[in-house]
Amino acid sequence: MTNKREPLLRVEDLRVAFGERRKRFYAVNGVSFDIARGETFGLVGESGSGKTSIGRAIIRVYPTAGGQVFYKGQRISGRISRELDRRVTREIQMIFQDPMASLNERAKVGYIVAEGLYATEKGLSAAQREEKVREALLDVGLLHEFASRFPHEFSGGQRQRIGIARALIMQPEFIIADEPISALDVSIRAQVLNLLSQLQKKRGLTYLFISHDLSVMRFICDRIAVIHKGVLVELAHTEELFLCPLHPYTRLLLSAIPMPNPAYERNKTVLTYDEGMHDYSVDKPVWRELWPGHFVRGNQKELDSYRQCRLGLGIPPVTDE
Amino acid sequence: MAEETILSVKDLNVKFSLRGRTLHAIRGVSLDVQKGESLAIVGESGSGKTVLTKTFMGLLDNNGWIDSGSIYFEGKDLVKFREEKDWLKVRGRKIAMVLQDPMTSLNPLKSIGKQIGEALKLHQGLKGKAAKHRIMEILLDVGIEEPGRRMKQYPYQFSGGMRQRVVIAIAIACNPQVLICDEPTTALDVTIQAQILNLIRNLVRKYNLTCIYITHDLGVVANVADRIAVMYAGDIVEIGTSEEIFYSPRHPYTWALLSSLPQLGIRGEELSSIRGTPPSLFKDIRGDAFAPRNPHALNIDFVQRPPYFEVSPTHKVRSWLLDSRAPEVEPPKVLSRIRREGASLYDQ
Repeated sequence: MTNKREPLLRVEDLRVAFGERRKRFYAVNGVSFDIARGETFGLVGESGSGKTSIGRAIIRVYPTAGGQVFYKGQRISGRISRELDRRVTREIQMIFQDPMASLNERAKVGYIVAEGLYATEKGLSAAQREEKVREALLDVGLLHEFASRFPHEFSGGQRQRIGIARALIMQPEFIIADEPISALDVSIRAQVLNLLSQLQKKRGLTYLFISHDLSVMRFICDRIAVIHKGVLVELAHTEELFLCPLHPYTRLLLSAIPMPNPAYERNKTVLTYDEGMHDYSVDKPVWRELWPGHFVRGNQKELDSYRQCRLGLGIPPVTDE
Repeated sequence: MAEETILSVKDLNVKFSLRGRTLHAIRGVSLDVQKGESLAIVGESGSGKTVLTKTFMGLLDNNGWIDSGSIYFEGKDLVKFREEKDWLKVRGRKIAMVLQDPMTSLNPLKSIGKQIGEALKLHQGLKGKAAKHRIMEILLDVGIEEPGRRMKQYPYQFSGGMRQRVVIAIAIACNPQVLICDEPTTALDVTIQAQILNLIRNLVRKYNLTCIYITHDLGVVANVADRIAVMYAGDIVEIGTSEEIFYSPRHPYTWALLSSLPQLGIRGEELSSIRGTPPSLFKDIRGDAFAPRNPHALNIDFVQRPPYFEVSPTHKVRSWLLDSRAPEVEPPKVLSRIRREGASLYDQ
């Protein structure tokens, strides 16, 4: 199914680099994936793995150092026309991690939410703008009276809703959510996650959901890509990934999820992952689709053992439906 | 097992004065902490879990005060402490604290060896070679390799997880009896979180510490806690052993907290969330503080504050639902996933 659907976004061999020539550091080093329209695509990795850099490269905040990004079949990385740039700015929106830091403390909520409109829709009258703000606030479950208040008057969960309203007002098609719930209390996480799912159903949004926490992603993502030090190591349908993680790093991430079960937790051993365990001196690693939709990185020997391991489970691969 | 109470809180009330109004942050909390146990205090932000533990160290902000109640530690009532001199004998030396954000709780201008040494010098009078020896020992204890080289480095040269290890090293440097960990892993990645939790568990065993672990995430404490106290609006609403809280919770608030865990969510279905917001602690709360958000609330919940009902000698619940006259209420179905979760899925 996934293959037949038209990809909304395609990332090909993306590289993002920091630093000058001799100290050049590739935060993202050759990453490729597709995101289908209406899908929630998860990107999971530890801090410093390059997951945020990928998001920022897609939205053109960071320049790409190699590779290409296609949005609706059009290249949006590198130099593009002003017209396309404007369209991308409008249709791709971002939700940030820390609602305490990402809202302008000195602006009223109404302005914060409408700011995108000031930039892209200059012809709008004040009344029209107000109407749009009201709609956006309503969509995220806030009262329109809130438009005249300041961010500090709101709780963390409400502030994150304001951040989401700010993205929604642009009528985006694609939203990059960079750790949208990591800074929130557990009880509020549920509310924000539910809100994101509802909005997706209602508006047919496509999400790139970035997080370090696989337990959250299982709930919301259709497919998950695991990134380690700027390289993708595994990509599969969510249930497939949880059922049969093949790459040792994916297994480590899964074993680190805290479970609300004391008997299980007390006997659990958290796995470790050391890149040294791969012997890539002769047999170079490749990115291979082992099963329909299940990609993994490894050399021939590893891929063979992964294949055996997957067969040993005796379950058909989980793909869409 | 003969249990010895190391810290005993009786009917504690803490108030703050904020812009001319009085905020009742802790509303009559009683709690006995046993020697050598790990107790987790769980609650939403604003539930008073941090304020409660700050009173153990005399660290309340200037606009806050203990209105009534007592805190007995080693036969002394901490509430009666008036002078800083008294506190210095307890704070850091007997009761130590690990804070949430390792990025801000270390001094960026001092090498970490110096920062650990400060604690040793102040509390144990250790200097020179003896201090250095002890610093290296502690660093190894918290899992920092090559302590000789690392102790000369500065916080910026450490990753988030490593910094939190350093903070823990400072906390345990003076062999405290009680270690308070206030959301020690909230700012960290899941993988690092697992390591830090393991570390705390091992140190508690090795140093025979009593550990009070504060968090908003019930999912995390299964690993570290022997007992769990659930706080809501400045009050402990349910307390019991880890097994009792996870496998047979009785308070509707604990149900709500547990069922909102994303670990228990099923894709395509709504994650259950807690409706409404916690009550304002500026106002006097009548009846059960959770009643307005409680789908199972009874009429009496809005009138009279429930007493503690004893489910077992270790398990106490403050909810009218446990009264013999109350109707039978089933806990949410999703909680039945708790026993299954983990055991089946991730071991393959």
